[in-house]
Amino acid sequence: MEQPILKVDNLTKIFTRKGQPDFAAVDHISFDLMPGECLGLIGESGSGKSTTVNMITRLLDPTEGKIVLDGDDITGISGRELRKVYAKMQMVFQTPTDSFDPRCTLGDGIGESLRNNGRSRAETKAEVARLLEQCGLTAEFASRYPHQVSGGQCQRAAIARALAVGPKLLICDEATSALDVTIQKEIIALLNELRRNHGSELSILFICHDIALVQQFCDRVLVMYKGRIVEKGKPDDVIRNPRNDYTKRLIESIL
Amino acid sequence: MAEILKYEHVDITYNGFKAVKDVSFTVSEGEILGIVGESGSGKSTLIKAAMGLLGPAGLVTRGDIWYKGKNLPDLSENEIRKLNGPELGMIFQSAGSSFCPIRTVGAQLYESMTEHEQISKAEFRARALELLRKIGFENGQRILDAYPFELSGGMQQRVGIAAAMLLNPSVLMADEPTSALDVSVQKQVVEEMLLVRKSFGTTIVLVTHNIGVIGAMADKVLVMKNGETVEYGETKQVLNNAKEEYTRTLMSAVPKLRRT
Repeated sequence: MEQPILKVDNLTKIFTRKGQPDFAAVDHISFDLMPGECLGLIGESGSGKSTTVNMITRLLDPTEGKIVLDGDDITGISGRELRKVYAKMQMVFQTPTDSFDPRCTLGDGIGESLRNNGRSRAETKAEVARLLEQCGLTAEFASRYPHQVSGGQCQRAAIARALAVGPKLLICDEATSALDVTIQKEIIALLNELRRNHGSELSILFICHDIALVQQFCDRVLVMYKGRIVEKGKPDDVIRNPRNDYTKRLIESIL
Repeated sequence: MAEILKYEHVDITYNGFKAVKDVSFTVSEGEILGIVGESGSGKSTLIKAAMGLLGPAGLVTRGDIWYKGKNLPDLSENEIRKLNGPELGMIFQSAGSSFCPIRTVGAQLYESMTEHEQISKAEFRARALELLRKIGFENGQRILDAYPFELSGGMQQRVGIAAAMLLNPSVLMADEPTSALDVSVQKQVVEEMLLVRKSFGTTIVLVTHNIGVIGAMADKVLVMKNGETVEYGETKQVLNNAKEEYTRTLMSAVPKLRRT
């Protein structure tokens, strides 16, 4: 059988606060993400979506559980080894403008990982231009600063930056939530095109609170509620026959 | 029904930049008008102009905004203060942060009421509790004694609605009242605003980029792009049968849930 690109096993994060009971933000969740698959993760604010992502991307240490990326256990690694992980896994964040250094051009941001991996200045410049064009921008955007471009253009640049190292897993944490619907549609079209071109070389973990968007875009969906996965399956099946009370409420709330 | 609010060829400028160009519409009593558009289309600016909240840089450079025979941009600061609250109410996008964090909800609501009418504390509490009950709070007493940060985002937003409703305004301006909320809470807030209209006959001007909310609430829709009116008409006609290309693009970009 094919090996999952990402395997999350019994992942748990407990926040402890003085004088208050422990709070399990993520409570023993397990799931697999197969190569080429697009997996949606939905749930309301405070359901633990972002904590889960922060643990997978190793920005937050889990209390318990295991994260396996492309066959390697990445749960406890640090330093040089951890840096290597980011060649396989890249993130696209919610607010595009804030995810770039305001004092550097978009080209600097996109090319940074290439330079760090030993590419020459000229090679990097050519590659940045190629990446920008792949993401529907022109090469001249490399010399612009984040505040000089629109939100949608900036998110395209953020996707170009994520793709620079050729990752196998792209994690989009509410990547379209801050954008207008028309721009959101364009970004989704771009992600769909990338999936077509990369085939099983690119998997996406798509965190979102818009169930209709997840239905359009994802192969499979996980519904989180109070730190647990309460439902999983094909988006159409989950939406037609929600088994969990929370999922039912979520679907009924859509206007 | 009688017209209550009328925009006539309104231009609004921020430091020489025209944010709103030649917008005209009328709202009748008890009507809900939805204003949609992308970021930067000038939709919030439109209602801020009526409330006198444009700030030092913003100016209505042409046209009139009529409310009950008064041209709002021409009024003095004092007259605007008298109108804002009992006549024109406003609900902000993040109601939680429009409250003072170090005073209880009750104290702040009381202050806003005494600003406009003579009222005893006991009378205020009775009225506030009744209103809070009407908009779906089971334990209004607890809400009045709470600090804003002790309430969840959805509760804060509903308290924001209560704060605007307490003075029983004839027109309620709502600037993205549900955008910061989860869908389940969004539905509650939408239902409460509809209830407010049903019980008090309040006119509502609703600014949002969420077309779902417009579909659920508005009688008429104004679609804006780059400060100009793209389309203005009955909600059903605009949402299902748009005349303009831009409106159709906007509608087709909204992800729709396939339930069957």
